[in-house]
Amino acid sequence: MKSIYAFLVAAIVAMPAFAAEGSGGQVDPMIFRIAVFVLAAFVGYYVVWSVTPALHTPLMSVTNAISGVVVVGAIIAAAASALGDAGPEVAQKVWIAKWLGAASIGFAAVNIFGGFLVTNRMLGMYKKKERPAPKADD
Amino acid sequence: MTVYDISALLYLVSAVLFIFSIRGLSSPETARQGNMLGIIGMAIAAGTTLFLVKDFLDPATLGLIAGGIVIGGGIGALLAQRAPMTAMPQMVGMFNALGGMASMLAGLAAFFAPAAFGLLNAEGLISPRSLVEMSLSVTIGAITFSGSVIAALKLNGSIPGKPILLPLRHILNLLIFLGLIGLTVALAMSDGAQSGGGMLLIWIACLALVAGITLVIPIGGADMPVVISMLNSYSGWAAAALGFTLSNFALIVVGAIVGASGAILSYIMCRAMNRSFISVIAGGFGASDGAAAAHGGGADDRPVKIGSADDAAFILKNSAKVIIVPGYGMAVAQAQHALKEMGDKLKAEGVEVLYAIHPVAGRMPGHMNVLLAEAQVPYDEIFEMDDINSQFKQADVAFVIGANDVTNPGAKDDPTSPIYGMPVLEVWNAGTVMFVKRSLASGYAGVQNELFFNDNTMMLLADAKKMAEDIVKAL
Repeated sequence: MKSIYAFLVAAIVAMPAFAAEGSGGQVDPMIFRIAVFVLAAFVGYYVVWSVTPALHTPLMSVTNAISGVVVVGAIIAAAASALGDAGPEVAQKVWIAKWLGAASIGFAAVNIFGGFLVTNRMLGMYKKKERPAPKADD
Repeated sequence: MTVYDISALLYLVSAVLFIFSIRGLSSPETARQGNMLGIIGMAIAAGTTLFLVKDFLDPATLGLIAGGIVIGGGIGALLAQRAPMTAMPQMVGMFNALGGMASMLAGLAAFFAPAAFGLLNAEGLISPRSLVEMSLSVTIGAITFSGSVIAALKLNGSIPGKPILLPLRHILNLLIFLGLIGLTVALAMSDGAQSGGGMLLIWIACLALVAGITLVIPIGGADMPVVISMLNSYSGWAAAALGFTLSNFALIVVGAIVGASGAILSYIMCRAMNRSFISVIAGGFGASDGAAAAHGGGADDRPVKIGSADDAAFILKNSAKVIIVPGYGMAVAQAQHALKEMGDKLKAEGVEVLYAIHPVAGRMPGHMNVLLAEAQVPYDEIFEMDDINSQFKQADVAFVIGANDVTNPGAKDDPTSPIYGMPVLEVWNAGTVMFVKRSLASGYAGVQNELFFNDNTMMLLADAKKMAEDIVKAL
């Protein structure tokens, strides 16, 4: 099992290299996006099955946190600018995008900070038996 | 290598770190380290993006970005510190909602400033493909947002957990779905240049917001663990759709993994309830008490053995092995600390104390484990259903606190039972079964539990916390 997703991770990491190697302008970059997406879904499948059921709640809160990576898109939107000879209509649209981006950053930031911190708080509670109790069952 | 190549590799690094952050959760020992890797991954992703847009960071823009991070981050940090562990399901529900909202807004923003996102083709128009991707991130984001808000409100008890059945809801949902497809096609053919395109995308957002509500509102409280996992999954797919728009590996990988994670959790929850995903989504489960009442009807006047805290304490003290089965009732009563104290006292008497957890105990996956961890129950005393079911035979007492349906033998041997086929904890194999319950009422599924009337069952009718405290006193 371990080797399967070691392979998949390697495949994803190596993907852009192959993309650069083989493309020559022939293969649509979209195909590589789809390939990354599909392989990542497989990685996700195996990684998530390896999560112990006792940690399913922290799993959900940490996935909340990492899905806050949409902040990447939000920052690009907030930093949008009307370049060159753009007319007032474009400038207005850009400002709409900037405010949408700012709001999006805010929501994503709640997820990032809230998600990681609450996960950390939960994980801090999981403790092993303190003293070596007399070996019991089985 | 251009700056774009390097940034793409950095996004990839953060994606790999996110994978390791989830991988860490395979054991409580590596989990915190994993969380740290996730934080580093996020810092790399955000830092790379800020570096890429560094030429556009005029004071106004910096204000917008810093404002969003400070306000959002502050609220998030505050929530993370304050939220009680019992409120985790609605908290995760709300985080799902915000994730969906963030994707939706970023998708809309991409439409209004396509140049910044590098989406304009040679003619200065947005390609139909990009428009479809935007529509996807807006649609999925909006459904996630409104659906999660409804789910969080239900979990919080702000609106009734009972399914709310709209008339003709399946036809309504189908029409909304077709409408969304129609609008997306119209958007893809509009070139996106005209302001009409903007209106179309806003219409898509509004319709998808309605879809989220009509999708979740008919689903009953008992099915919320599935719904919350499903919406978790959606928030991932929304991020992935945005990743396609931005051709950003971090977003695509995170989206696919979060999507897979939520889907697997929904599957685990469905399996643990022996319900198909479709029937959960169709909703209405637990809507009427009619069928259930008919099923358990008239049975209520059979004699049950009702015990006191002193009786229970006496039996528990003289046992060799006690298995505690906590359920949602324990969470509601905040009985986990008193329960842990009871376990400690019993252990001091030389009794072996174990905990058995059913996958759907509580209101979200793993909810009971977190509550017991909060009460400082060591995690190696807590067992999953499949690992402990064989041990009930050797147990003197099964102490069921705030759980009911997950121990119902009808699920195993009564084909007429509505929950027939659901995997359950076989508590009836223990010498004595104790039920801590507030009343003899049936459980969430509305099904009578035959165990209550067995000779070796003792009913402890009280609030879970009070009963656990009384037993501690009596020990």
